[in-house]
Amino acid sequence: MKGNEALAEAAIRAGADAYFGYPITPQSEVIEYLMRENPADRTGMQVLQAESEIAAINMVYGAAGCGKRAMTSSSSPGISLKMEGLSYIAGAELPCVVVNVVRAGPGLGTIQPSQSDYFQAVKGGGHGDYKLIVLAPATVQESVDYVKLAFDLAFKYRNPVMILSDGIIGQMMEKVELFEQMPRSNKEYEWATLGKKPGKNSVIVTSLQLQSEEQEKVNLRLQAKYREVEKNEVRFETYGCEDAEYLFAAFGSCARITRKALDMARAKGIKVGIIRPQTLYPFPVDEISRLAGQVKGILTVEMNAGQMVEDVKLAVNGKTPVEFYGRFGGMIPTPDEILEALEQKIIGG
Amino acid sequence: MAESNIISPENLVYEKTSVMTDRVMHYCPGCGHGTAHRMLAEAIDELGIQGDIIGVAPVGCSVLAYYYFDVDMQEAAHGRAPAVATGIKRVLPDKYVFTYQGDGDLAAIGTAETIHACNRGENILIVFINNGIYGMTGGQMAPTTLPGMKSSTSPRGRDVSTMGNPLKITELVAELTGTYFVTRQSVHAPANARKAKRAMKKALEYQKLNKGTCFVEIVSNCPSGWKMTPAQSNKWMEENMFPFYPLGDIKVPEQ
Amino acid sequence: MTEEIIIAGFGGQGVLSMGQIICYSGVMQGKEVSWMPSYGPEMRGGTANCTAIISDEQISSPVLNRFDTAIVLNQPSMDKFEDAVKPDGLLIYEENGMTRKPRRKDINICSIAAYDESVKMNNTKVFNMIVIGGFLKVRPIIELENVIKGLKKVLPDRYHHLIPLNEEAIHRGMDIIKEEQAVKK
Repeated sequence: MKGNEALAEAAIRAGADAYFGYPITPQSEVIEYLMRENPADRTGMQVLQAESEIAAINMVYGAAGCGKRAMTSSSSPGISLKMEGLSYIAGAELPCVVVNVVRAGPGLGTIQPSQSDYFQAVKGGGHGDYKLIVLAPATVQESVDYVKLAFDLAFKYRNPVMILSDGIIGQMMEKVELFEQMPRSNKEYEWATLGKKPGKNSVIVTSLQLQSEEQEKVNLRLQAKYREVEKNEVRFETYGCEDAEYLFAAFGSCARITRKALDMARAKGIKVGIIRPQTLYPFPVDEISRLAGQVKGILTVEMNAGQMVEDVKLAVNGKTPVEFYGRFGGMIPTPDEILEALEQKIIGG
Repeated sequence: MAESNIISPENLVYEKTSVMTDRVMHYCPGCGHGTAHRMLAEAIDELGIQGDIIGVAPVGCSVLAYYYFDVDMQEAAHGRAPAVATGIKRVLPDKYVFTYQGDGDLAAIGTAETIHACNRGENILIVFINNGIYGMTGGQMAPTTLPGMKSSTSPRGRDVSTMGNPLKITELVAELTGTYFVTRQSVHAPANARKAKRAMKKALEYQKLNKGTCFVEIVSNCPSGWKMTPAQSNKWMEENMFPFYPLGDIKVPEQ
Repeated sequence: MTEEIIIAGFGGQGVLSMGQIICYSGVMQGKEVSWMPSYGPEMRGGTANCTAIISDEQISSPVLNRFDTAIVLNQPSMDKFEDAVKPDGLLIYEENGMTRKPRRKDINICSIAAYDESVKMNNTKVFNMIVIGGFLKVRPIIELENVIKGLKKVLPDRYHHLIPLNEEAIHRGMDIIKEEQAVKK
């Protein structure tokens, strides 16, 4: 199955109640698959092609406000359009899942794979002080598993969760094991608009506070929630770090290409390990800090002009040199280039 | 005569519906929003659906409508109420859903959401308050501002050659196959208010039957934005707004 | 065993589905597989390519710049990928439409007249299956029965009656592929 199709099937199996989307390359297979599969017959899941990315994310807002498992997906230019809605969803503390199959920008850019939306994803992206929980799959299997995880985290923290994929993961095919169909939940959340209950106050879903004192309280509550997320939800994978003298840091598909470079380096006797953050927010600050005390230098490899490298540097806090190698504009770094960058920028540097 | 002498149950001729909260409204004196809220609330009350309806508030003067309607409500981003309502209705098809939107929200920044929700025939009620001005932000030109009408962003009057023409979006949505009942009402006089209530009640009854989108425009006033007394504003509305936005049904179901 | 393959040609030559069939067949044989297409407007009649990886081990990078095998079906693809074949690797090219021979001396080279053969079979749609046959003759990494299983997986049920024709095409490919240059392993 193509990554995008596997992800769409995972949404059905994760018991999603609704998907609202708009076609854009390279993620149109998600909505195409859902329309073809017609999950309304299988699980009752609703699928709608919206008139715009903006409408789609606001439909997600409406369904999420009813306590339902709602999701949307798009690619970079479309995600920019969704940023207003995401800010409102974060502000109203609603759960939802958003998938960004990243392509290169800025502007219309190219449809080829990229990781240039890292900043947008991990720093919030829209207006106001808020965070998205960001999951970065590196395999089709993780694209599938993270859909379920994303819904769980979204409801645990009542916060939007973004799956930051890219054109490689979305378009490629590899072996994947799909989890069993989960039933759609019929849980009625007390914060959800389901019709006013007799004797209870009406439920209001809003991100508006006209009094600054009240808005500050909202912000403080959100910040406390983000600290909890940072404490509980950091996920990462390391390989070859036990005896590592050097370290690669890379995420998503780029981490797999870097892993190939790692194997080539090890074959030459270079002791290099890799850390691959699976959650980009929260970021594995402690583990990178720990590894920084062990290695002689870190090379961050990305398919952008250098974004995650800033978070790596913050985590390393000067303990060891941090360098960057990246290709962008839809170009994909080759394992040869990455190994050469390691040798020149870190080992020879 | 002290007030307590007249406020007693035996003197009660008109009771506040329980679908409205006791909260004091922030609307300006003489503004039509209060009456429009009340007519919608009474329609909900008469149908006995307070526990089965979900409202969507816009951005604009009625951004705080959820303080006044005692029903579950969601606050939408500017112009997105029909999309939010679509999301709600798709996951709760057995509930009633309405949006309450002003002219800037519905006919400018949210035009696409309005047209496409209506075109899909979403089973929702859209209540559209048209007072020809942006009230909340302080009286700027709206998509429905009349030709020659002054606002803070058309200080010499709306010049249609550069600022475009007022948008008759209600006539526009009436053309769409997805709309079932489209009407234009007002709430400036008791008889009109009663008619507006009947229209909204009828729209909710159609929603129960899954007939498609029902769209109720209420041509209203904005004494503060128009810089008039409430009485002047109602007179100005009758003389200027109604000729351009004539009251009455625009699309009615075939009997 | 790891076989990293690039397949490139014109859109419409069945380039992407060739990679998919090889990968599905690999799955049937219990291998790890990865398939990554080029995508976008160039697929509408321009050049298309896909990377297919078959391995006994977990696959790291799904995109590569050097390959064990390049299967090139038109001149632009030969120009682009001849240099990407690893030393001692394999280049297979379709004879029809090529304006020059490969230049590399350090790789194994085979040619196949798959298009002509498909015309002889009165069915140019089996062109890509003939090429797959040729490839599997030179690199017998997947057994034929698993290719047939893979085909059943890729093809919708309504096309399953065409599987014997495809099987014949694979055999034809195995018969007609020609070794042009061999280097010592």
